[in-house]
Amino acid sequence: MRRLIWRAATLVEVRAETATARTLVLDVPGWPGHLAGQHLDVRLTADDGYSAQRSYSLAAPADGERIELTVELVDDGEVSPYLTEVIEVGDQVEVRGPVGGWFVWRPESRAPVLLVAGGSGIVPLMAMIRARRLAGSRTPFRLLYSLRDPGRRYYAAELRRPEPGLDITYLYTRTTPEDWPRKAGRVMLGDLAESGWPADFEPDCYVCGPTGFVEVAADLLLDLGHAPEHVRTERFGPSGG
Amino acid sequence: MGIISRGFRGRRTEGGDRLPPGQYLEHGFPVLSAGPTPRVPLDRWEFAIDTETGQTHRWTWPELTALPAETPTVDIHCVTKWSKFDTNWEGVSLDTLFEDVETSVEYAQVYSYGGYTTNLPLEDLLDGKAWLAYRYDGEELEPRHGGPVRLLVPHLYFWKSAKWVRGIRLTNEDWPGFWETAGYHNYGDPWREQRYEGD
Ligand SMILES: Cc1cc2nc3c(=O)[nH]c(=O)nc-3n(C[C@H](O)[C@H](O)[C@H](O)COP(=O)(O)OP(=O)(O)OC[C@H]3O[C@@H](n4cnc5c(N)ncnc54)[C@H](O)[C@@H]3O)c2cc1C
Repeated sequence: MRRLIWRAATLVEVRAETATARTLVLDVPGWPGHLAGQHLDVRLTADDGYSAQRSYSLAAPADGERIELTVELVDDGEVSPYLTEVIEVGDQVEVRGPVGGWFVWRPESRAPVLLVAGGSGIVPLMAMIRARRLAGSRTPFRLLYSLRDPGRRYYAAELRRPEPGLDITYLYTRTTPEDWPRKAGRVMLGDLAESGWPADFEPDCYVCGPTGFVEVAADLLLDLGHAPEHVRTERFGPSGG
Repeated sequence: MGIISRGFRGRRTEGGDRLPPGQYLEHGFPVLSAGPTPRVPLDRWEFAIDTETGQTHRWTWPELTALPAETPTVDIHCVTKWSKFDTNWEGVSLDTLFEDVETSVEYAQVYSYGGYTTNLPLEDLLDGKAWLAYRYDGEELEPRHGGPVRLLVPHLYFWKSAKWVRGIRLTNEDWPGFWETAGYHNYGDPWREQRYEGD
C-alpha cells in the first residue's frame, strides 16, 4: 500500500511575488513527483515539540526533488506568517504528499481548459500552465484571473510573456490599472461568457480560490451550461472574498 | 518529534485535548467540495436506503421532517486541518431511519446529489453516531454546507459527512468512495490521524 511519509524539506530559494506573497523553492530528498493541481501538507515543529500543519498547492511540476510553493500571508495566521516572513534559505520544514487525485490536469488530456483563479487560487492553476508548457502540449488554455488590484499579481513576469495557446484575462475586484476597459468588481456571468469557452466545447474547468469566489464562479459556469462533472473546484481558505 | 523549523513558535491555540492530532481550532465554517454546489429542489428531494436484498426505504422531505428530530451539539474535524467545536445541528438520527430496515451487511455506501460518494462501516452510522441534518445553528442548512440535507458523522473526518445526501446503499463489500479512491484514508478516524491512504 502506498504511504505518505513526512520528508525533510530544505528551503533553497525564495522569490517575492507580491508584497504579501512569496514562492518557496524546497529541496525534498525522496520526493516521488506529482501531478499539476495536487497539494501537500507542511508541518512546522517548534523546539518544544509543538507542531502545526497546513495544506499548500504545488506551484510547478517537480524538478527532480525540487518543488515550489507560493504562500500568501494571512494576518494572524499560524503557519503562513512563518512561511512568508520568518523562514530563511537553509531552514527546514517537513512535507508530505502529493495529495489529491481529482483537482489535477494531465498533459495527455485533449479537452480545452478553462482556469478560473481568485487571488492565491492561481497557485495550482499555474502548475497546470507550467505542466502544459513543459510537456509541449497544444491543448488550448484560457485563464481568468481575478485579483483585488494589479499589485497582487503572482508570477507577473512569467505570465506577461506571450505563450501560444494560452489566453489570459485579468479581472480586478477593487482597483484596476489605468484605462482598463472593465470596471472593478467581482466576477460576473459576462466575464466567464467572454473569457471562457462555450459550454458545447466541453472544456475542463478548474476553479480555485477563496470559498466565496469559488462558489460564485462555479455557479456561474453551471448557469452557462457547463456540466457539473466538468467543473472541478478547490477551495482555499475559510473566508469569503 | 519531527524536524524542528528554526524560529517557529506557533499559536498554541485553545483546544487542548479536544483537538485531534494535527488539527487547529477554527471559528469560521470553511467549505470543502470537489465541484459546484448542486441545486436540489425540495419538492423533488428524497432520501433512500437500499438493502442488499433489493428493498428500498424512501422518505420525501415532508416525511423526513415529520420524524422525531434531535439537536446534536458536536465537534467536527476536517481533513484540511480545521476543527470546529460545539456545532449545533438539527436532524433525524439514522437509528430512526434504520428502525424498519432489515440487513445483515457490514458496509454502507453513501451517495449524494451531484454524484459524490463516500463509504463507511454500517456500524459507524448506528447507535447515536450519525444523523441526517437539515438545520445548522437554528437556520436551514445552506446549500454550500450541504443543504437541504447532509449526513452528519462527527466522529470521522468531515468528508464522510456527505453533503446533499441522497441515499445509502447497503453492501457486503466495501466500495471506496470519491475521496477514498483519490488517496484519502478509507476509514478516516481523526484521533488516529487517518488522513491519507496508508496512515
Ligand atoms: C487544498 C488546499 C490548498 C491550499 N493551497 C494554498 C496555497 O497554494 N497558497 C496559500 O497561500 N494557501 C493555500 N491554502 C491555504 C492554507 O492551507 C492555509 O489555510 C493558509 O495559509 C492560512 O494558514 P494560517 O496558519 O496562516 O492561518 P490560520 O491560523 O489557519 O488562520 C488564521 C485566521 O485567518 C483565517 N484564514 C485562514 N485562511 C485564510 C485565507 N486564505 N484568507 C483569509 N483568511 C484566512 C482563518 O479563518 C483564521 O481566522 C490551501 C488550502 C487548502 C485546503
